[in-house]
Amino acid sequence: MKSLLLGNEALAQGSIDAGLSGVYAYPGTPSTEITEYIQKSKPAKELKIHTTWSVNEKTAMEAALGMSYAGKRAMVVMKHVGLNVASDVFMNMAVSGINGGLVVVVADDPSMHSSQNEQDSRFYGKFAMIPILEPSNQQEAYDVMSYAFDLSEESQLPVLLRMVTRLSHSRAGIETGKKRNQNDKNLPEDTTRFALLPLNAKKQFDLLVDKKDILIEHSENSNLNTLKLSDDKGIGIIACGLAYNYLMENIGEDQSSYSVLKISQYPLPKQKIKALYRHCDNILVLEEGYPVVEELLHNYFDENDKIKGKLSCDLPRTGELNPKIVGKALGLHQDKITPVPSVVTPRPPQLCEGCGHIDLFNTINELIPEIGDKNVFGDIGCYALGALPPLNTINTLIDMGASITMAKGAADAGMENAIAVIGDSTFTHSGMTGLLDAVYENSPITVIISDNSAVAMTGAQESTAVGRLHKICLGIGVHPDHLKTMVPLKKNHEKNVELLRNELKYKGVSVIISERPCVRLSRDQKEEIKARIASLNQSV
Amino acid sequence: MKTNIILSGVGGQGILTIAAILDTAALIEDLFIKQSEVHGMSQRGGAVQSHVRISDKEIFSDLIPEGQADLILSVEPMEMLRYIPFLKKDGWLVTDSESFVNTSNYPEKSDLFDQIKEHPNHIIVNATEIAKYIGNSKVANMVILGAASAIIPLSESSMIEAIKKLFQHKSERIIKLNLEAFSKGKKVAEGITDVAAGK
Repeated sequence: MKSLLLGNEALAQGSIDAGLSGVYAYPGTPSTEITEYIQKSKPAKELKIHTTWSVNEKTAMEAALGMSYAGKRAMVVMKHVGLNVASDVFMNMAVSGINGGLVVVVADDPSMHSSQNEQDSRFYGKFAMIPILEPSNQQEAYDVMSYAFDLSEESQLPVLLRMVTRLSHSRAGIETGKKRNQNDKNLPEDTTRFALLPLNAKKQFDLLVDKKDILIEHSENSNLNTLKLSDDKGIGIIACGLAYNYLMENIGEDQSSYSVLKISQYPLPKQKIKALYRHCDNILVLEEGYPVVEELLHNYFDENDKIKGKLSCDLPRTGELNPKIVGKALGLHQDKITPVPSVVTPRPPQLCEGCGHIDLFNTINELIPEIGDKNVFGDIGCYALGALPPLNTINTLIDMGASITMAKGAADAGMENAIAVIGDSTFTHSGMTGLLDAVYENSPITVIISDNSAVAMTGAQESTAVGRLHKICLGIGVHPDHLKTMVPLKKNHEKNVELLRNELKYKGVSVIISERPCVRLSRDQKEEIKARIASLNQSV
Repeated sequence: MKTNIILSGVGGQGILTIAAILDTAALIEDLFIKQSEVHGMSQRGGAVQSHVRISDKEIFSDLIPEGQADLILSVEPMEMLRYIPFLKKDGWLVTDSESFVNTSNYPEKSDLFDQIKEHPNHIIVNATEIAKYIGNSKVANMVILGAASAIIPLSESSMIEAIKKLFQHKSERIIKLNLEAFSKGKKVAEGITDVAAGK
């Protein structure tokens, strides 16, 4: 029997079978299950593959680069916006090059099912001038991993592997293949390329630019990019990654009348594209995300209306593709659809019953008549749902860590009673440095760390903050008199309101740690957390 | 043979367990399967759905095209209606009659049932009540799967094998409970199916 795996899990199994020595990651939908699969894999444990979560995507990518420097195959995994956090090392390791194979897996979220934007990671790949692979289905996600590591080692470049939500979170039966051993530790022959002083960086950057032709040649010859020319010269279709499935769903039995170029490897195979372009009267570009390929085509062929896609409005510019949208763009007949009955009402996500965040928001809401209703800076996590009715507590939600720094900036502009609400894991991810900014200037802000001892939104993964928040805040320089703790429970409501009111009066940095474990933590997880805290206290 | 099934419900109601059983049963029968699901924010008490596609030929799209679902299998009546645009003309609707009310503007139940009854092929079962009677309301999802099983082109034996496989690490009692829920749902639906289909 085939193994039933999510696209994410197929990719993860593919990486194990390709000789992976370590995965580094911070949880983020839709990428989380890749790392979780390797964490739960018995063979991975036996092979001693590193799987522990990192504090954020940047530390994860740097650690992966370190493992690659030491000669082993490493993978770093994140959601699309995580690549923004890691972009510093991402751009520079393209210049230094890698040693052991290094694959950067980024899961994009077109339609923003669980995200703040729908940025397309292929832009980053192009920006860094590295190869990009974009599997179209689960089996390909498995198969592509060994090729990704080989390509990385051969080109001495990190390889970007782009996933999208629908592939990440869809299951299929997978056939697994040969297993490769891990690399031995093997330090780079010449380490100067990793020391990016201007002198070395200039040399390395020239080398990177010079790799362009060879990378295009790889793409031309790759069996991930296949061109089928039909006798019918009407329409030629370029189908990238997942979009290929929606195309095939529509043309299924009628393949002979369409010329199709399937793209799963970049930089684009220019010759194949030219061949398709010359062969057909019209070119339709199907791609999930931004019109990356469509724009390139306009560059190749001087902006002309032979090229159809998102820019020409044949496909919607935003949101993910689906079979219907693609069918329409192909000009195929669409049946009339019964609409959703008007009696159906929306059911947006909400905080779990018994969630500690709710009690915290009730505490803050009690003070909103006194301080105004525009003073609460939020952050990324379940508690972002506090921006929605009935709570309506949070005013902003931009990126990991922005609650503290935005509150500080607003305080700099004269806002009184600025409140930042940030989760424990988001705080260690990107809140600590911002807190130091605020402490350095003793900015009049009140930071509430809503500590539920988990990375809750993505499925209650372990948080590096557990048991450490107090000492971190003191270490950063928060005054001990203004580092408070509260337990967000109904019975403590009055007490908590009073505590917050007092700290708001203080015209400097206050931190209130609001402690209550996530209701999604299992009994075992809670025990594990207790044990971790106990061992932390012992070691001091 | 190609079957498209939409599973619907509210985050936490166990539709992914139903999906896992269908997937596993399909693989037991050496069929192709694609099954997309929802992870992340929507799982927090929001509307969730899963597209299950089973075929003896390669399946391309992970998403079922609109108007092509043979069956919408729901553990909640309003959530089933949310996916009506996906239903084939002669497709089936199977749902638990029990509402999951976590919003202030949840519609009148009778209005929901009126809508469902506009489709000739429907089965409404009080799966939650049956599950409680068996011993645990959590197995309502298995009752509803049982109720729809006659419409799903997978053999009963593969589905039973899949249930056993899925719960193999749980206690004997839990396996038995789920099997009983499945068979009870199947039995209850047998009577209704004839009526609803106008046989």
